[in-house]
Amino acid sequence: MNNNHHRHIISLLMENEAGALSRVAGLFSARAYNIESLTVAPTEDATLSRMTIVTVGSEDIIEQITKQLNKLIDVIKVMDLTEGRHIERELMLVKVKAVGAGREEMKRTADIFRGRIIDVTDSTYTIELTGTGSKLDAFLEAIDPAFIIETVRTGASGIGRGERSLKA
Amino acid sequence: MPAVQRVSGRAFLTGTGQNDYPLGFTNELISGHFMEATGAEIVVRCIAEEGVEFVFGYPGGAVLNIYDEIFKQNRFKHVLVRHEQAAVHAADAYARATGRVGVALVTSGPGVTNAVTGIATAYMDSIPIVVVTGQVPTPAIGMDAFQEVDTVGITRPCVKHNFLVKDVKDLAATMKKAFHIASTGRPGPVVVDVPKDITYHKTEFEYPASIEMRSYNPVVKGHSGQMKRAVQMLLEARRPMIYIGGGVVLGNAAAQLTELATLLGFPVTNTLMGLGGHPATDRQNLGMLGMHGTYEANMAMQHCDVLLAVGARFDDRVIGNPAHFAREQRRIIHVDIDPSSISKRVKVDVPIVGDVKSVLTDMLALLRQAKEKPDAAALNAWWTQIELWRAKNCLKYNRQSPIIKPQYVVEKLWDVTKGDAFVTSDVGQHQMWAAQYYKFDKPRRWINSGGLGTMGVGLPYAMGVQLAHPEAQVACITGESSIQMCIQELSTCKQYRIPIKIITLNNRYMGMVRQWQEFFYGSRYAESYMESLPDFVKLAESYGHIGMRIEKPEDVEAALREAFSPALKERLVFMDFQTDQTENVFPMVEGGKGLSEMILAEEL
Repeated sequence: MNNNHHRHIISLLMENEAGALSRVAGLFSARAYNIESLTVAPTEDATLSRMTIVTVGSEDIIEQITKQLNKLIDVIKVMDLTEGRHIERELMLVKVKAVGAGREEMKRTADIFRGRIIDVTDSTYTIELTGTGSKLDAFLEAIDPAFIIETVRTGASGIGRGERSLKA
Repeated sequence: MPAVQRVSGRAFLTGTGQNDYPLGFTNELISGHFMEATGAEIVVRCIAEEGVEFVFGYPGGAVLNIYDEIFKQNRFKHVLVRHEQAAVHAADAYARATGRVGVALVTSGPGVTNAVTGIATAYMDSIPIVVVTGQVPTPAIGMDAFQEVDTVGITRPCVKHNFLVKDVKDLAATMKKAFHIASTGRPGPVVVDVPKDITYHKTEFEYPASIEMRSYNPVVKGHSGQMKRAVQMLLEARRPMIYIGGGVVLGNAAAQLTELATLLGFPVTNTLMGLGGHPATDRQNLGMLGMHGTYEANMAMQHCDVLLAVGARFDDRVIGNPAHFAREQRRIIHVDIDPSSISKRVKVDVPIVGDVKSVLTDMLALLRQAKEKPDAAALNAWWTQIELWRAKNCLKYNRQSPIIKPQYVVEKLWDVTKGDAFVTSDVGQHQMWAAQYYKFDKPRRWINSGGLGTMGVGLPYAMGVQLAHPEAQVACITGESSIQMCIQELSTCKQYRIPIKIITLNNRYMGMVRQWQEFFYGSRYAESYMESLPDFVKLAESYGHIGMRIEKPEDVEAALREAFSPALKERLVFMDFQTDQTENVFPMVEGGKGLSEMILAEEL
């Protein structure tokens, strides 16, 4: 059995029913699978929800995860985005201290990361950043942790490149 | 009321009184068409439309409207149990014995929590049942109302699917989906949670003839390329083995499996759940494998070069330590309806997802067309090896003992019932002895809790089986500890005149716990001695049944013959066999050990 653990982004389309989220979350906890992040929202078809799960596991575990997800009655389609070309985006809001010399430095760093300052007070900035999870991590590493007041991240959303798509 | 109830009980067991059901007046429910129906009527009519014979249940506040509708109809019979756990077990056993969906009905709150053990038991063994649960009225949900519990949440990890009905308009379609999901694909329990206000809301009722679900389309046919590869691999085998599980029984594929095995001349082993999937008295059958499997089955499983696994899942009680199992090179073909069972614990070379009956039928056709035949010389050599293993006679026990040996009771039961009884069991040593010594030749005859290992199932299982097959001989092999976990059902058996025979192998210990404590805990028998037992003879008599206490080996056969005699055909007989307290189940593969590392009786 293969024991090399890798990060996978699993995308699923499911019936937009009450309790559907708890079935997925319950499956992960009951079978001791990791969840790094999970996002869910309805699609353009209000009867469908699209969920993106970021998980870490060996090939065998990921195979089991996709099989077990497919087994859930409410789940229509499952795709491991990381098996092919894909785009990953995550949104982060960071509230930082912005005073004195640090205020200008913070603005410059946000610019480098193509962040936008969406709220300003005389002592704080709130910065909006999108990108891959690792880009957001890099931003947090680039600024002095003492300046961070709070961070909020959505978890990754993902989509296949080109024609690759997940349709009901 | 009791007098009427008793008459009805007798009537439906003898099959004479379809219509003398107490107060069962007929109304439009039978053939008419209601423009509007209440939720309670809809539940009852859906169950009737599904052709259900029995609903096992227990009333309570949240389901009173449903019970009122049950009172007014006579299309199905309601069986009142004494504890909700037993309702689900009985429905589960009905499904195991017939292949049809079992139905249970319980109230909200404690009715549901009591039912959970039954639901989890059915889930682990993939048994198709529908459990209708009452719920507090929708406006009260989440308000910590009286007898409220989050049924969908509490049952979610142990059901195939569950529903909370929030609108009476969805009720009929939900019931249809419940029966559809329970009985197709890999079967399993489905819970339908019905709030009380839904049961008096009205809507137009029409039961859908079929249902489409875009998210649920189980595979039936196997992949043709994979099946061809599988057949080729079987024909190349030099040391083949066929390993079958509960899927062969549940998939009604015993005939196809047996045909395939006969055609190829390969050895067959069954899991605990697969007993009866291939005839135990057939020479090609090596018996059960696994933790308490036969020496020949476990050795052949370990040393085969091509393994055909059908409707089985390589679980921990079957292959022991997976690393040890993987040490021997073998190619594996795995046929299963559930893709997630394939390559879960053991890597597989040829996965075939599909209905086992369909796949085996297709593979048989391919085999018949094939020009090659299995290598006869290699197969002969393999059988010679297997016969050497079989000659160990691993199921031997002391037949000269002055104390009753439990194995002897099971063997005699097989003789007396001519191997043709339906046998239910509880969980523990007696379960293993039943599995080892009662040679099941037919599927659906062996009814036990394999996956969850639920003590207490034996008696309610026997009730469900006997109601499904009123003319059959039904034996419940149990222990003095297990039987006490659902003993209240002796009362249900009295009410409905259910004439099962209870074979209690009474060794005054939780035998399997005692065995593990002897082997692995320095004989420190912590809390495994069963003190203060009731007098089972008097207990049985107090419920109006017959009790027997058997203390000597020479009395075993005569007592069994009496219990199964025509004179007692209509009676429940509770047989209390005083068995050897020190007897252990052999062979045994210790937890974590390899399949071929067995402890045999003679080695102790």
